[in-house]
Amino acid sequence: MAQLPLGDPAPKDGLLPVSALTHQDKSFHAYVHIPFCRVRCGYCDFNTYTATELKGVSQDSFAAQLIEEIRFSHRVLSESKFEPKPLSSVFFGGGTPTQLPASDLAAILGALIEAFGLERGIDGVPIAEITTEANPDNVDLEYLEQLKVAGFTRVSFGMQSAVTSVLKTLDRSHTPERVPLVVEWAKQVGLQTSVDLIYGAPGESIADWQASIDAALGYQTDHISAYSLIVEPGTKLARQIAAGELVEPDEDEQATKYELADAAFEAAGMRWYEVSNWSTSESTQSAHNLSYWQSKNWWGFGPGAHSHIGGVRWWNQKHPATYVAPLARGESPALGRETLDAKTQLEEQVLLMIRTKQGLPIQVLKDLAVFEPKLIAGLIADELIDAKSAMRGIIQLTLTGRLLADSVIRTLIA
Amino acid sequence: MSPRATTRLEPAKTNPELIRNFCIIAHIDHGKSTLADRMLQLTGVVEAREMRAQYLDRMDIERERGITIKSQAVRMPWALDGKTYALNMIDTPGHVDFTYEVSRSLAACEGAILLVDAAQGIEAQTLANLYLAMENDLTIIPVLNKIDLPAAQPEKYAEEISELIGCDPESILKVSGKTGFGVEELLDHVVRTMPAPKGDPNAPARAMIFDSVYDSYRGVITYVRMVDGHLAAREKIQMMSTQAVHELLEIGVSSPEPEPTKGLGVGEVGYLITGVKDVRQSKVGDTITLNSRPASEPLTGYSEPLPMVYSGLYPIDGSDYPNLREALDKLKLSDAALVYEPETSVALGFGFRVGFLGLLHLEIVTERLEREFNLDLIATAPSVVYEVTMDDKQEITVTNPSEFPTGKVKKVLEPIVKANILAPKDYVGVIMELCQGRRGTMLDMQYLGEDRVQLRYILPLAEIVFDFFDLLKSKTQGYASLDYEEAGLAEGDLVKVDILLQGEQVDAFSAIVHKDNAYAYGVKMTTKLRELIPRQQFEVPIQAAIGARIIARESIRAMRKDVLAKCYGGDISRKRKLLEKQKEGKKRMKMVGRVEVPQEAFIAALSTDGEKKGEKKSK
Repeated sequence: MAQLPLGDPAPKDGLLPVSALTHQDKSFHAYVHIPFCRVRCGYCDFNTYTATELKGVSQDSFAAQLIEEIRFSHRVLSESKFEPKPLSSVFFGGGTPTQLPASDLAAILGALIEAFGLERGIDGVPIAEITTEANPDNVDLEYLEQLKVAGFTRVSFGMQSAVTSVLKTLDRSHTPERVPLVVEWAKQVGLQTSVDLIYGAPGESIADWQASIDAALGYQTDHISAYSLIVEPGTKLARQIAAGELVEPDEDEQATKYELADAAFEAAGMRWYEVSNWSTSESTQSAHNLSYWQSKNWWGFGPGAHSHIGGVRWWNQKHPATYVAPLARGESPALGRETLDAKTQLEEQVLLMIRTKQGLPIQVLKDLAVFEPKLIAGLIADELIDAKSAMRGIIQLTLTGRLLADSVIRTLIA
Repeated sequence: MSPRATTRLEPAKTNPELIRNFCIIAHIDHGKSTLADRMLQLTGVVEAREMRAQYLDRMDIERERGITIKSQAVRMPWALDGKTYALNMIDTPGHVDFTYEVSRSLAACEGAILLVDAAQGIEAQTLANLYLAMENDLTIIPVLNKIDLPAAQPEKYAEEISELIGCDPESILKVSGKTGFGVEELLDHVVRTMPAPKGDPNAPARAMIFDSVYDSYRGVITYVRMVDGHLAAREKIQMMSTQAVHELLEIGVSSPEPEPTKGLGVGEVGYLITGVKDVRQSKVGDTITLNSRPASEPLTGYSEPLPMVYSGLYPIDGSDYPNLREALDKLKLSDAALVYEPETSVALGFGFRVGFLGLLHLEIVTERLEREFNLDLIATAPSVVYEVTMDDKQEITVTNPSEFPTGKVKKVLEPIVKANILAPKDYVGVIMELCQGRRGTMLDMQYLGEDRVQLRYILPLAEIVFDFFDLLKSKTQGYASLDYEEAGLAEGDLVKVDILLQGEQVDAFSAIVHKDNAYAYGVKMTTKLRELIPRQQFEVPIQAAIGARIIARESIRAMRKDVLAKCYGGDISRKRKLLEKQKEGKKRMKMVGRVEVPQEAFIAALSTDGEKKGEKKSK
């Protein structure tokens, strides 16, 4: 399981430092982590559990316990004199949020709306983006209808692949045929749709991947995410590769697959807006996803969830049992946190904003005192960044550059 | 059998008739230090409880490797036939790199014990030193050591020795330094057969410096052999080569710990302390005389030892450069043969071009720098000194391949050596093959005893500074031994091969090689670098070139993907820390043009050849 970063111990009262108050005008977002799955996928190192009962935390009582953190957050922000904007987005991730009954998700969303309200358009109608991840296996038309009624606007299905053998390697339980069905139901009830794809599973051929791309485009969703498979240490997949049962994904082939996907998506009218995300229009980009890359304010609820508010990052206890215990005492479930100084905040902007199509203003490099025209010229010469954007003061990655984003970052600030 | 001497003769008043000065000539692991240890115990100068193995080897490296770098002298009492004698044992460096120091030690003695491992027979280095001893008219006592070993073949090797020095095989002493067997008899033999020193006690004082050691507490300790006259504490002495005058703060003998005395007389061996801080002010080979009554002639002409091999030494962490300079300055205090000057490499940054007497010297110096001064170093491939004459008659001395001139070269002279290889006769074929592949010319071949052969070759020094010794050892299952001596300069058909990364010359990889080997070198380096240098954001061509002519090329394909797919549930801290780690990694990179080359790649590319040199492999 992914290690949490090292930071300072988090204060029990969760109060924010005064320095955070200067960031109140940024939009506010909520992430909700549901740490349950029916089975753990071989590649997954996220914080999730398959048991229904975990040392006093059951899937049945989890929603109520998570709502405790929502109440806690509301109290902490007001005691810190931090007045957040109404929520611009809410995102339920996991684990498998749809492992819980729709009524639980509705209750959590309700508590969030009660505490913070939703962003509204000039006509007074809520325009906040409310998404849940969903496993094609455990939602049906009725479930999706309940979500819609509760206020959800968007659903993102974990499709991963259209090829049975690849799904098996990834330990996914759904059949490929299930995906078009659930996407269709989601559209029927009026939800925006997205599918997640994973490329580079051991044994996946170029043709397999092309088939997944074609299938995903065939469902005509509003949004597609495509992530390259990363072999995380400690996962079953890593052990299988170490034992020689599976072959480690080849980075060059991963690059080829990314290029294939980008070409197919663009040809179908979907544009990239972040390294791993494409959408049919600007309005169907995931506002929640962008909030991470734009260093907005967000509170992450649930075990192991990360938060960022006003230059303070913190992360919760990972295990559901150690997560709920402090909440029951009215204390923060956070394990560690760090307060970023001005320089670190700027450096983060470089490594986050550069991933978006909107790009990184060169001014950030100047503020960091690392602006070197020679380096930028080199990146243009290597066709890693777009020349025209650079001349307008923006670093925007080219297709090749997106694949080498980390190298570009090192060139700019290391 | 002699009893231990009950009284010791007083230094400064010892009758030269009762003095014996000798050294031990032996191959590196033939047991010289163990035999010396046994003598120290038997004569009672070191009590058993104070005994530590290889008592005389002071430097850690010496003790670990079992080799002697600096020589030292010990005065031991020994009684025979009712008379007490003073034996001075002068320890000599065993390696050819230190031939100059060896010859000075030999000059301080009247006799030498030729110590040969009874299971191995005589080796090439020993032959070289034996030759020097015989040239110095020393009385030789041949001794077979390690006769306690099951594999010992004393008769066979006694035969071999007798053929070499022309003695009766029966007369050769058999000892075991380990058990002490025969050592007393050997000491008796030293007294009986070795001549006493001769000198004029009334002539102006003349003492020869045979070793000079830097001690961080006491300054330079100079070891001398008195030839004529007398020296006493508090007298003013003069170094005859420089006319520099110093006061004798302390004079004494080692037994084996320093014992101050009133003075030193004819034939005696001892030490002096004058308070000078740099061994260069007290040079091995120089003659010391009294300032008040100086001698007119020095004992032997002093000659500066010349470096044979050069290598660039660079700190891995560039900020260690001042520390490297300081460390070299300190080492120089105790190593008069060390020469160096600052050098800049495009690829490796700031460092020093360092000259060495030979490969072992190089290895010892780099190891001492790393161990005693805590430095991490990159050493460039060792190179020899070339004399280049241009078409316009201009002459250039090249100690660094990257300085090889680019204009019209008329001729290139390179140092050559006379190599002496000893091996069992079955290996003659592979040795000849190896030497011919290294541009060797055979001088002669001789049988030593029944099954051992001595091959003598003229070889370019440059051909043996790389991996020659390792190859010789591996091709002969470790049986061959090698010794070489300088044999002047010879013209060679040599060219400089440059290695270019993305068109930028990497100076550290330039090499001067024979025309016929240029292509092989180019292919080897380009292939190796392709494997060692990580892929970059762009394609990197690697070329080997002679001047403007490309002779080999490879390329490193551009890296295509280096991006994290997503941030786990908004865990930005993790991503940032990853970047910080990568930033750290980048600091250890050297930039060649726009190409990032990890330090490790330089080390790996430079170390494969000529890494393991010299003696330590011969065990």
